[in-house]
Amino acid sequence: MKVNVTVNGVAYEREVEARTLLAYFLREECGLTGTHVGCDTSSCGCCVVVLDSDKAVKSCSMFAAQADGHQVLTVEGLANGGTLHPLQQAFWDQHGLQCGYCTPGMLLTSIILLKHNPNPSESDIREGLAGNLCRCTGYQNIVKAVQQAAGTLGVQV
Amino acid sequence: MIPAAFTYLRAHTSDEAFAHLQQYGAEARVLAGGQSLIPAMRFRLARPAVLVDINASSDLNVLRVNGNALAVGAIARDSDIERAPWITDRRWSLIRDVSRVVADPVVRQMGTVVGSLCHNDPAGDWTAASLAARAEVTVRGKDGARDVKIDDFLVDSFTTAVGEGEMALGVHFPVADDRTAGAYQKVERKVGDFATAAAAVQLSLNADGTIREAGVALSAAGPCAVRVDEAEQMLRGQRPSAELIRAAGDAASRRSAPQADLRGSVEYKKNLAGVLVVRALRQALSRLGVQA
Ligand SMILES: Cc1cc2nc3c(=O)[nH]c(=O)nc-3n(C[C@H](O)[C@H](O)[C@H](O)COP(=O)(O)OP(=O)(O)OC[C@H]3O[C@@H](n4cnc5c(N)ncnc54)[C@H](O)[C@@H]3O)c2cc1C
Ligand code: FES
Ligand code: FES
Repeated sequence: MKVNVTVNGVAYEREVEARTLLAYFLREECGLTGTHVGCDTSSCGCCVVVLDSDKAVKSCSMFAAQADGHQVLTVEGLANGGTLHPLQQAFWDQHGLQCGYCTPGMLLTSIILLKHNPNPSESDIREGLAGNLCRCTGYQNIVKAVQQAAGTLGVQV
Repeated sequence: MIPAAFTYLRAHTSDEAFAHLQQYGAEARVLAGGQSLIPAMRFRLARPAVLVDINASSDLNVLRVNGNALAVGAIARDSDIERAPWITDRRWSLIRDVSRVVADPVVRQMGTVVGSLCHNDPAGDWTAASLAARAEVTVRGKDGARDVKIDDFLVDSFTTAVGEGEMALGVHFPVADDRTAGAYQKVERKVGDFATAAAAVQLSLNADGTIREAGVALSAAGPCAVRVDEAEQMLRGQRPSAELIRAAGDAASRRSAPQADLRGSVEYKKNLAGVLVVRALRQALSRLGVQA
């Protein structure tokens, strides 16, 4: 079947099987390998992308066909030319990553977290990222990075 | 890990979805949030030939208090409930608690309440909550739409009153009076795990402080969520006390019929069910300003 998905503002029209998962559509059809696949079973949050600027979704658990006619934001769409997105900059500043495998999912989950809750407390952030696993950092610096991006680092919320 | 091939149909209205389901019958499955169905298809536990995607059926995107019921349409997400402005009213405290502990925060942005009821996992969270809140599910069939009491809707593990070619349109939670509060207590090994045991309670008080109505239900305590009738009967008409709460917890332990698995033994889970009912009752009462 034909699907047309707008990824980071660019329309990708491709002929795919209905069973093609969005994660593989992004990686193999669009060549956007920034969306990582960790568990492939909807448990780790590595593959999270943003759908229609509104929802963080696990792209390993959604069919590309469902995204037909929709907008998807992936990690490749965050930086503006050479300028990192404020959240990316915050991950850099706070050492919010080590191997970086979980980072795209952390970033995109956080974008939606901040959209719905621009002033999150530390525990709001920890709860909001509870579905995203990181095997390296111990989460501390990821939480700090999101606090920095929200402008609440060192602030009592 | 790759699902079996299927035909994808996108329904723009519930009428269209229903027509597809009638045409394909047992071959077809509704695709709501996909958070149970897609993993099941990836493991080839489910191999539907046709998927009817209802996510674009905007008439099912309902979440509002409609007279004496809260109407939750078939594509209302867990996160819509979590973020609803009225959800902080204590009469919705059971539903609010549940909307914050189902799966993980990303899954909740896609997963639906109605999809979870239709899936009817033995350890699902919305099933027990719907029993305690005495919800009804609207099912559309050949003869039109019918409201099914949640007790009759949950037939067996992964089996509901939704027949071949039918679909659920929504679930209705009765609007309780303002002397009502509930609580959901769940023990899980980690975020995103199903319950080891969970208890849903909802209490309405009379003006004199006695209990007018009680809903008590358990998840992960049998083939599907169970109502603890004995505890409900004990509580009704009584003044809340530590003793009464303990007795209700004991009734829940007796009613619980869990399976042993990696999450715990039968003995442990039965005991835990009682403990969680006690905690949930205390929490609901404290939300009503009653210490017991
Ligand atoms: C990592 C992870 C952790 C989870 N943890 C929990 C948990 O702790 N507790 C819990 O309760 N759930 C949990 N879930 C399940 C999750 O809550 C699902 O979202 C939910 O069970 C199903 O809702 P859905 O909208 O995604 O339904 P889908 O997956 O789309 O559908 C589920 C089933 O219901 C049928 N169906 C859906 N809607 C209708 C309808 N309107 N009419 C008729 N049939 C319909 C489908 O055909 C399918 O058979 C978890 C899921 C994941 C991926
Ligand atoms: S790869 Fe999608 S959740 Fe792990
Ligand atoms: S930085 Fe390595 S998994 Fe998170």
